[in-house]
Amino acid sequence: MDILLQQLINGLVQGSIYALVALGYTMVYGIMGLINFAHGEVVMIGTLVALTVSVKLAAAGLPIWLAGGIGILSAALVCMALGWGLERVAYRPLRHAPRLTPLITAIGMSIVLQNLAMMIWGRNYMKFPVLFPKVEFHLAGAHFTSIQIIIVATSAVMMTALLLLIYRTRLGMAMRATAQNPHVASLMGVNIDRVIAAAFVVGSALGAVAGVMVGAYYEIAHYQMGFILGLKAFTAAVLGGIGNIGGAMAGGILLGIIEAFGAGYIGDLTGGFLGSHYQDIFAFIVLIGVLMFRPSGLFGEKTGERA
Amino acid sequence: MSELLLEAREVAKHFGGVTALHSISLTIRRGEIYGLIGPNGAGKTTFFNCLTGLYIPDGGGFFFDGHPLVADAPHEAARRGIARTFQNIRLFGNMSARENVMVGRHVRTHAGVLGAIFRGPRTRAEEADIVKLADELLRYVGIAHRADDLAKNLSYGDQRRLEIARALATEPRLLCLDEPAAGMNATETEGLRHLIEDIRQDGTTVLLIEHDVKLVMGLCDRVAVLDYGEKICEDVPAVVQKDPAVIEAYLGGSVGA
Amino acid sequence: MKNWLNPRSALGIALITIALIALPFVVGAGGQAWVRILNFAILYVFLALGLNIVVGFAGLLDLGYIAFYAVGAYVYALLASPHFGLHWPIWAILPIGALLACVFGVLLGAPTLKLRGDYLAIVTLGFGEIIRIFMNNLNAPVNITNGAQGISSIDPVKLGSFSFAGKSELFGLTITGPQKYYYLLVLLAIVIIFVNLRLQHSRIGRAWQAIREDEIAAKAIGINTRNIKLLAFAMGASFGGIAGGIFSAMQGFVSPESFSLMESVMILAMVVLGGMGHIPGVILGALLLAILPEALRYAVVPVQQAIFGKVLIDPESLRMLVFGLALVLVMRWRPAGLWPSPERKRELAEVEE
Repeated sequence: MDILLQQLINGLVQGSIYALVALGYTMVYGIMGLINFAHGEVVMIGTLVALTVSVKLAAAGLPIWLAGGIGILSAALVCMALGWGLERVAYRPLRHAPRLTPLITAIGMSIVLQNLAMMIWGRNYMKFPVLFPKVEFHLAGAHFTSIQIIIVATSAVMMTALLLLIYRTRLGMAMRATAQNPHVASLMGVNIDRVIAAAFVVGSALGAVAGVMVGAYYEIAHYQMGFILGLKAFTAAVLGGIGNIGGAMAGGILLGIIEAFGAGYIGDLTGGFLGSHYQDIFAFIVLIGVLMFRPSGLFGEKTGERA
Repeated sequence: MSELLLEAREVAKHFGGVTALHSISLTIRRGEIYGLIGPNGAGKTTFFNCLTGLYIPDGGGFFFDGHPLVADAPHEAARRGIARTFQNIRLFGNMSARENVMVGRHVRTHAGVLGAIFRGPRTRAEEADIVKLADELLRYVGIAHRADDLAKNLSYGDQRRLEIARALATEPRLLCLDEPAAGMNATETEGLRHLIEDIRQDGTTVLLIEHDVKLVMGLCDRVAVLDYGEKICEDVPAVVQKDPAVIEAYLGGSVGA
Repeated sequence: MKNWLNPRSALGIALITIALIALPFVVGAGGQAWVRILNFAILYVFLALGLNIVVGFAGLLDLGYIAFYAVGAYVYALLASPHFGLHWPIWAILPIGALLACVFGVLLGAPTLKLRGDYLAIVTLGFGEIIRIFMNNLNAPVNITNGAQGISSIDPVKLGSFSFAGKSELFGLTITGPQKYYYLLVLLAIVIIFVNLRLQHSRIGRAWQAIREDEIAAKAIGINTRNIKLLAFAMGASFGGIAGGIFSAMQGFVSPESFSLMESVMILAMVVLGGMGHIPGVILGALLLAILPEALRYAVVPVQQAIFGKVLIDPESLRMLVFGLALVLVMRWRPAGLWPSPERKRELAEVEE
């Protein structure tokens, strides 16, 4: 029982990260019906760009907070450009192709991005710089750090900002309309191309922030980190109901907590047969379970007819 | 019991808050051509889908040939002897006309993986039979000359006929046609009428959804009229044409020639 | 099939047969490594044809196909190596491997039957990963798979006392291990291609195609789509299992590393790039994707040395990069694949208009 609170905290932190990445998947799927396999790689590139920029600037003498700030900004810009480029170059020509074609293209782009990252940053694990002061807190037997607080707080802020975008702006309304019925939306004067591009760009920006968080939390970065993260975040999106913005947020946090509890208790649950290195399995089990028993997710999916 | 082929008892279907079918009861006799008409949205295709296993009724049920019909899967309905065509024509576009009909024989044939790989005498005989029957059915519906063409390249009228041929390949006792005359001109409709009469003549009972009232009245032995999910009339065409509720349902338009 | 006896095809077949028989010696002149590459290419042909049943014939997007390969490989490894001290002969193990792979095929397929395309892909991907994770970790408390270290010293294929490993003297010729395996693989390939062709043009093959074209219509005419789909999974999986067994014997060593998601993607790429559902296309796709990267690996280093004076990009990352690009480019410009069946080419050409 004494690890319950700790696992809850860990789960909340990890879940916040999943939520941010899940939003990227859910927005694109809601509007286009496409699983953007390359999104995980975009997040990874965000982490690596932030790392490189911060380290180089700090080495040049800038104070760490400035170097870090510029690093995060650069990551966001690069990822947004990458997201936009992906849509424009790889996916847009295939908008009316049978579903299999864009899926394979997405897989291909994911491989391309991963290998480009490997060529640029190398195969080794890299240390992510400490951008924020690390202070430890204790509460009721559990401990948490300032980094964790920052992650959860930043996530909350970004998610709120996104909700405001979706529900309080014209662009957001256009996105919702396009997600429901692209054909009619375009008849009503919505520029579908721009809306779709916006979905990719916004999703990538969130992904960049998530990437920086992952780097700050685990203090390492690696060219292969995007794949598993992406898969789990997609699971979170499905869990909450694909296409459902609120669902992606809830799904992300929930998945983080499930994983934390699973990892913490799996030893006890299986009498020592399965150890904590099976932890990745939880996401897959959740995914398979949701798709089998409640495919529309916990909060209902929100996809309309495909463009 | 042998006169009644199909009996629907208080079949009901809801979709969320909308009641598509309230409580539909009707009977179809063996060897009849039975028509199901009604304004758009009346529930005709929903009834079809309940009968053929695409939907599961929320209330009531069907009796086919005296036995309850629990078609919780569409292939069950076909196995029991109920075949259907679709309002929007659902052919296997990239297969030839002949192949479409050959697939129709699936439910009455048996060859499995071992048969496919080893092609023993029984499998070979079955395959030869399948091809022979397919060609016969294509001839029967009048599109034998298009046997090798891809289904998606056939003309609209030929596609409708092909769908009927495919349904007949399953050796149904009840053939359900969902608006087979939609989009046809007078000549084509006349040809369809002859085909349906031939089908009845050769021993298959026919259930027909149609909007072409002239066709229905001239062809069907009995007609049921649905409106807003209710059956408002079920009788011979002459009586149905004059029924005030029917006329009103069609907004005062004169029903029949 | 009825055209086999005419003179032109007979000549063609005779030429191909001679080429096939001579090939390992021609290729072997460049070193046994090339014969091994050839052998792996043929193994990939098996895998691609197996996946083709699931993806090409039945239209089910399986991203976890490598799991069946792994099952077949580990079954052989467990029954013919020092690990458990068992040394069963191959003709006994292969059917068991195929059968077990079949069972897994049904297990993996069953939950996915109601899922639509992309979800099916993700779930099968998940299953594939789960199996790999288990193979990586089933070394405690009971050591079944020996974890990440894998199982080694696996018995080679043996017919009586004739072993396929090492050199032998036959008909006055010295023939090496890889060359012997080549002939075994070619024979198996002929059988597998034959089985695939038979399946395609059968009642079951037509049912698969019907499901791929329009599942609702298929159900309406009486096809039990659930069972037919499971059959596709089972058949496809069994081919994977057989390929896995041979792989195990040939390589002498298995570890979870050989069964990654990238392998599943690679095999899918072979099917899609080659020409989904079209057996000749799939074979072409498999051979191309298996051999070209190896050829590239040999060329990349010297070419870069010649141009840049040093190696900028190592062959491994270049290979994967080119592979990813190939996927994107082919989907953009030739979505039906390099050698599609005539119907499919038309189908996709119309979409582009």
